[in-house]
Amino acid sequence: MIHSLFLINSSGDIFLEKHWKSVVSRSVCDYFFEAQERATEAENVPPVIPTPHHYLLSVYRHKIFFVAVIQTEVPPLFVIEFLHRVVDTFQDYFGVCSEPVIKDNVVVVYEVLEEMLDNGFPLATESNILKELIKPPTILRTVVNTITGMEKGETHRELPSWVKALNNLLPAFCLIPISGSTITAEIQGVIDACVKLTGMPDLTLSFMNPRLLDDVSFHPCVRFKRWESERILSFIPPDGNFRLLSYHVSAQNLVAIPVYVKHNISFRDSSSLGRFEITVGPKQTMGKTIEGVIVTSQMPKGVLNMSLTPSQGTHTFDPVTKMLSWDVGKINPQKLPSLKGTMSLQAGASKPDENPTINLQFKIQQLAISGLKVNRLDMYGEKYKPFKGIKYMTKAGKFQVRT
Amino acid sequence: MLDTNKDSLKLEAMKRIVAMIARGKNASDLFPAVVKNVACKNIEVKKLVYVYLVRYAEEQQDLALLSISTFQRGLKDPNQLIRASALRVLSSIRVPIIVPIMMLAIKEAASDMSPYVRKTAAHAIPKLYSLDSDQKDQLIEVIEKLLADKTTLVAGSVVMAFEEVCPERIDLIHKNYRKLCNLLIDVEEWGQVVIISMLTRYARTQFLSPTQNEGGREEAKGPGSEEAATTALPARKPYVMDPDHRLLLRNTKPLLQSRSAAVVMAVAQLYFHLAPKAEVGVIAKALVRLLRSHSEVQYVVLQNVATMSIKRRGMFEPYLKSFYIRSTDPTQIKILKLEVLTNLASETNIPTVLREFQTYIRSMDKDFVAATIQAIGRCATNIGRVRDTCLNGLVQLLSNRDELVVAESVVVIKKLLQMQPAQHGEIIKHLAKLTDSIQVPMARASILWLIGEYCEHVPKIAPDVLRKMAKSFTAEEDIVKLQVINLAAKLYLTNSKQTKLLTQYVLSLAKYDQNYDIRDRARFTRQLIVPSEQGGALSRHAKKLFLAPKPAPVLESSFKDRDHFQLGSLSHLLNAKATGYQELPDWPEEAPDPSVRNVEVSGGERLNCVCADCMSHTSPSVSWLMRVASGGCGFHAESGRGPRAPALDPRSPSTDPESESASDSKSSSESGSGESSSESDSEDQEEEKGRSSESPRCLMTLAEDKAGTGSLLAHFHTGPPPPLQLLSPGSGAGRQELLHRVAGEGLAVDYTFSRQPFSGDPHMVSVHIHFSNSSDTPIKGLHVGTPKLPAGISIQEFPEIESLAPGESTTAVMGINFCDSTQAANFQLCTQTRQFYVSIQPPVGELMAPVFMSENEFKKEQGKLTGMSEITEKLTLPDGCRSDHIVVQKVTTVANLGRVPCGASDEYRFAGRTLTSGSLVLLTLDARPTGAAQLTVNSEKMVIGTMLVKDVVQALTQ
Repeated sequence: MIHSLFLINSSGDIFLEKHWKSVVSRSVCDYFFEAQERATEAENVPPVIPTPHHYLLSVYRHKIFFVAVIQTEVPPLFVIEFLHRVVDTFQDYFGVCSEPVIKDNVVVVYEVLEEMLDNGFPLATESNILKELIKPPTILRTVVNTITGMEKGETHRELPSWVKALNNLLPAFCLIPISGSTITAEIQGVIDACVKLTGMPDLTLSFMNPRLLDDVSFHPCVRFKRWESERILSFIPPDGNFRLLSYHVSAQNLVAIPVYVKHNISFRDSSSLGRFEITVGPKQTMGKTIEGVIVTSQMPKGVLNMSLTPSQGTHTFDPVTKMLSWDVGKINPQKLPSLKGTMSLQAGASKPDENPTINLQFKIQQLAISGLKVNRLDMYGEKYKPFKGIKYMTKAGKFQVRT
Repeated sequence: MLDTNKDSLKLEAMKRIVAMIARGKNASDLFPAVVKNVACKNIEVKKLVYVYLVRYAEEQQDLALLSISTFQRGLKDPNQLIRASALRVLSSIRVPIIVPIMMLAIKEAASDMSPYVRKTAAHAIPKLYSLDSDQKDQLIEVIEKLLADKTTLVAGSVVMAFEEVCPERIDLIHKNYRKLCNLLIDVEEWGQVVIISMLTRYARTQFLSPTQNEGGREEAKGPGSEEAATTALPARKPYVMDPDHRLLLRNTKPLLQSRSAAVVMAVAQLYFHLAPKAEVGVIAKALVRLLRSHSEVQYVVLQNVATMSIKRRGMFEPYLKSFYIRSTDPTQIKILKLEVLTNLASETNIPTVLREFQTYIRSMDKDFVAATIQAIGRCATNIGRVRDTCLNGLVQLLSNRDELVVAESVVVIKKLLQMQPAQHGEIIKHLAKLTDSIQVPMARASILWLIGEYCEHVPKIAPDVLRKMAKSFTAEEDIVKLQVINLAAKLYLTNSKQTKLLTQYVLSLAKYDQNYDIRDRARFTRQLIVPSEQGGALSRHAKKLFLAPKPAPVLESSFKDRDHFQLGSLSHLLNAKATGYQELPDWPEEAPDPSVRNVEVSGGERLNCVCADCMSHTSPSVSWLMRVASGGCGFHAESGRGPRAPALDPRSPSTDPESESASDSKSSSESGSGESSSESDSEDQEEEKGRSSESPRCLMTLAEDKAGTGSLLAHFHTGPPPPLQLLSPGSGAGRQELLHRVAGEGLAVDYTFSRQPFSGDPHMVSVHIHFSNSSDTPIKGLHVGTPKLPAGISIQEFPEIESLAPGESTTAVMGINFCDSTQAANFQLCTQTRQFYVSIQPPVGELMAPVFMSENEFKKEQGKLTGMSEITEKLTLPDGCRSDHIVVQKVTTVANLGRVPCGASDEYRFAGRTLTSGSLVLLTLDARPTGAAQLTVNSEKMVIGTMLVKDVVQALTQ
C-alpha cells in the first residue's frame, strides 16, 4: 500500500523520508515540485498526482507537505486519512507539528512512523497505543528510563482514582449572508474528551436534547447500538485526549447567528478614493460576550492602500496581498466596534467590479449555540468517584459575509 | 561508539544513525558495526538496530544473514510482542535467500496462540509474496487458514493479504463471508476499508442485481443492455434479495457514522454499487459530512459525489446548499463543487443555482470564474427553460472588463447559439463588434466561426469583419487565422460578389504563412472554392461541404461514465486504470449457489433446542404452528435461506426426528460458535416480520377456540408438555394444591396456570382447576361460592360441575384478574353439602403474558424504563445452568415471558406485559462465560420487578 513518505517544507526541501518497502528514490518528488510550481498556492496542489510509475498523494498541514508514494491501486481516502492521522499523532506527541519540532525529534518520529505502518498497511494508529510502544519525549523521560527501564505489558498507571472528564462543544458555523438574508448556515460540533481514569470505566453520556443532532460520527469506542436505541453514548474510553463525537445540526433547526456585520464599501468611478466602513455587533448571544473577533477581507487588486481608523483593536493592510485584517477583540454591546476610512485606488483605473467578502472569526465561551446540553455522565464498572467537568464553547467556522 | 559496552553510548550512536537515515543520507557503510548489535539486550538499542536493518538489509544481503539467527530465536520467545516483532523484522528483510525461513516462520505464526502474532503473520504474507511470487500456493493455504480466524485483530490484515496475493480466489471467502460481515463493525478502521471494498467485489459476483427488475433503466444505458433487457423481461419474477446480501448492507450501514473518512467512503461506494435504488440515499448525508473535513478529503469526496450525482441526482438535491462555494476554498475544490452544483441543477432549483453562479462570476479567482461560465453553459443546455436567461446573462458578461471572462463567455455563447441560431442574429451582431476589442485568440476564433456559420443572418456585417481581419491577418494567432480562412471561404460561397477579392487576398496571405497547417488549409480551400478550368467535381459541392448544418455540441460533465471504475478508488479519481486495480465485476445473470456460504450444517434446518424439545411429542400440524411462533419469539434458527423459511411441509419435522435431535445436540455448539449464526437468524426474523407478527395472533385465536371447547382442552392437558404452551416455551409452575383430599373429604383440587389468554377477559389469568373425587360417593354441584376478594381482584367462575363420580376427575377453567398484584384470591368452593375456603396466590411470573418484539424495540423500550424502574441483581450461575437451553428454560418456567432475539451470544432478553395494566416487563440476563451474570428487570411496576428478580435469581441459582 503506502510505499514511502516524504516530508517537504514550503521552500521545497525534503527534510524527512521513510520507506516501508524497498527504497524509492527522492527524485520521485520532482513530479510533486512541478505540480507545486504550477499550482502557485500551496492549497491548490492537487492531492493526487500520477507519475509514470508511482502515485503521489499529499496533504498540506502546518506548512508541511506530507507526500505518500504508492504504487498500486488503493482507495485515495485511505492514504489521505492515514496522513492526517500521522499529523494528528505528531501533534499529540510533540504539542505542535512543525518543521523544527520534527527535526529535533527525528528519531522518535522515525520510530513512530515505523510502528504506524507495517509493509505499508496501518498497524497501530491510536495514539495511546503508540505512546506505550514509543514514549513521547519529555524532560523526565531520560530520568524515568534510567530508573525503571522499559516496563513491558504495563497497561495502566497505578494512579489513585483521580479522574477527569472534560467535554468541549465546539459548534462551528458556516454561513454566508448576502444582502441581509442568510444564504446558508449550519452548525458542526464536536465533543472532545479528556479522560484520565484508571481501570476499565464504562461511561455513559446522555444529552438533554439528542434529537437536535442530525448527523453524527463516533470514536470507535462508542457503542453504536446503544446510540441507535437509546440515544446515549456508552463507551469505555481510551486514555487521554480524543474526539468522542462530532455532530451536525441541520440548517432546518434555524441557527441563531450571534453576530451581525454592517458594511458600507463603495468605489466611485471618477475619483481614486473609495469609502470603507464596517461595524460588528452582537445578536442573540444570551448574555455571553463575543471574544476573539477577527475580521479579514481580501480587497480587490485595484486598491492601493487604505487609511482606516478602528474604534477598538488593531488593523493591518498588506498592500501586496491586498489582505485587510482587523483584530477586534471583545465586542462591547454598548459601544460597537467599527472600522472607518478611505481606500485609495489606482488612479485612472475604472472601479473594480468584484466586491470583497468579509470573513469573521470569533468565539463565545460557555455557550453552545446549537443548544445542545449534556444531561449527565455516569460511570460504571469502577468503584471510585470520578471528577467530572464540562466546558461549552462556540467558535465561528467559515463565517463569510458577501457584500 | 557502537563498539562500546555502554548501552547509553550505543543508543546515542544508533540515534544519530537513524537520524541520518531519516534525512535520506546514506548510512550503509556502518552496516557491519550495526548488525553486531542485533543481539543487544537493551531494547531501545535493539529497536533502532531493527529499524536500520530493515532499511539496509537489501543492500548488504550477506551481512544481513548474520542477524537471521537472532530473529529465529525471537520467534520462539514466550513474549508475544517479541515473537511478533521478530517476525515483523524477519519478513521485512528483503533477502531472497531466507524465503524458506520466512515461509516456515509465517506458517508457524499463523497458528500462534496470540492474535497479535497471527496478525503479524498476515502482514508478512504480502511481503513474502512480493519477494518471491513462486510461494503463492503455499501462501494461499496460510491465507485460507487465517481467513477462518475469528478475531477482529486478524480479519483486516488477512483480507489485505488476500487482496494482494490472490484477489481472484473469491471462493476462499464463501465460508467466511458471514463471519466477516458480522465482525466488520469491530475491526479497526483500516481493516474495515479493505474488507468493505473486497466484499463489494464479492457481492457483485455472488448476488443478483437489486435494480434489475426496476425497469432496467440503468442497464439500458450500459453496454450489455441487450442481454440485460432480454433476460430481465421474461424473468420478471419478483426480486428477492439474498439474505446474505441484506446482511452485508445492514452491517455496513452503522459504519457510515465512522469518524474515518476512508471508511465512510468505502461504505458509500458499497451502497452505491450494491444497494437497491431506494436505499442508496442514506449515504448522501454521510458524504456531505465529509465535506466539512480537510480539503484533501473534500477533493476526493467531491470527485466521487460528482460521479454519483450524475446518476442519482435526487440523492444529493436536499444538500444543494452544502455545495455552495466559499471564497476561501482552494480553486480545485471550487471547481469540483461547481461541477456538482451543475449536475444537481434541475427545473426546480435552477433559479437558486443561477443566482449563486452570478455571485461567483464576481469572484477574484479568474480560473474559477471561467469554470462558472462553462457551468452556466451546461445548465443552459441541460435545462431548456432557462436557456434564454442564461444566454442573456452571458451576453451581459461580454461587457465585462476582464478579458478572460469575456473570452470564456464567447466560447460558451458560441456553443449555445449553435443549438438555435435563428433567433439570435442580434447577439451575433454584438459579438461581431467585439472583434475589435477582444484579444483572447480562442474567443476571436469562436466569433469568426459564428459569423461564418451564420453569415446569412448578418449579411452586412460579415464582409466587414472579414475586411478587418484580412488587415490584421499576419498578426493573428494560428487558431484565429484558420478561422479567418474558414470565414473567407464561407463568405465567398454565399456572397462572392462582395468578398471575392478579399478572400483571394486572405488566401494568398495564408499561402506564405509560417505554419504549414495554415498553408495547407489555404491551398485546400482555394482548390475547393475557386472554380478552376478543370471544373473539379469538388468545387461544385463546396457549398455543401462548408455550409452543411452542423450538429450542436453536447456539453457534458467530465465525470460522465466514470462510474465504471469502482467509486472511491484511485483509478476512479484519475479516470485511468491504476496498477493493481481490480475491475468491479458485473452482476451475474443467475445467482450462484448461496449455500456455499453456509458454515456448519449445510442446508439443514437448525432449530433451537427448546423448540426441538417439545417437537418430539407434538403432531405435525402443531409443530408447524410452533415453528411459526418460535420464529416470532426469536428462537427459530433457519440456516439463512430466507423466504422459504417456515417449512410448510408438515411432514418434515415428524419424518426426520434424527435431524431434529441432531440439530438439538448441535444447537448448543452452534450457539457457542459465536454470533454469526444468531445474527443471521435474527435477520431472518426481521425478514419474516410480516408473517411472524401475525402468527401469535393466529395462535391466540386458536387457543381461544380450544379454551371454548373445554373437553378438547382437557384432553390436551393430559399429556405432560401441553402443546399450546409452546407460545411461551417451558411450562409454568407445576400443579399446586388447592384443597387436600383429606381436608376436602375426598375431594382433591389442584390448579395450574395454563398461560393461555383467558377467553372471556384478556386481563384475567386463566387458571385450570383439576378436581378429582377420591371418595366413594359422587360429589355434586361443584361451584364457586361468594368470593371475598381484595379490591380490584375479580373472578370469572367456572361453570358448575353437576356431578363428579367416585374415582373420576375433571378440569375446569376459571379466570382471575389479580390486578397485577400477588395478593391471593380467596373464594369458596362449594359442593351441595360443604363449603371449602380456598385461596389462589399467583407467583409473580404468572401475572404477565409474553409479547413479541425485536431487539431494537426492546432496547428502545428499555431505554424508557430506566432509573427507578430498573432493578439489577448480580448472580453467579451454577455450572449446571450455563447453556442457553437451560437458562432459557429456567427463566421461562418462572415467568411467562417471550424471548427476544438478541445479537450477543451470552445475553438473553425476555419481554412481557402485565395482564391487567399492560405495562411492559423486560428482563435481560447478561451471562459471562465465567458464570458471573447480571440480571436486569425493567418495569414500571416496581413491585413486580423486584419480585420477579427474586424469583428468577432463585430459579437460576438453584
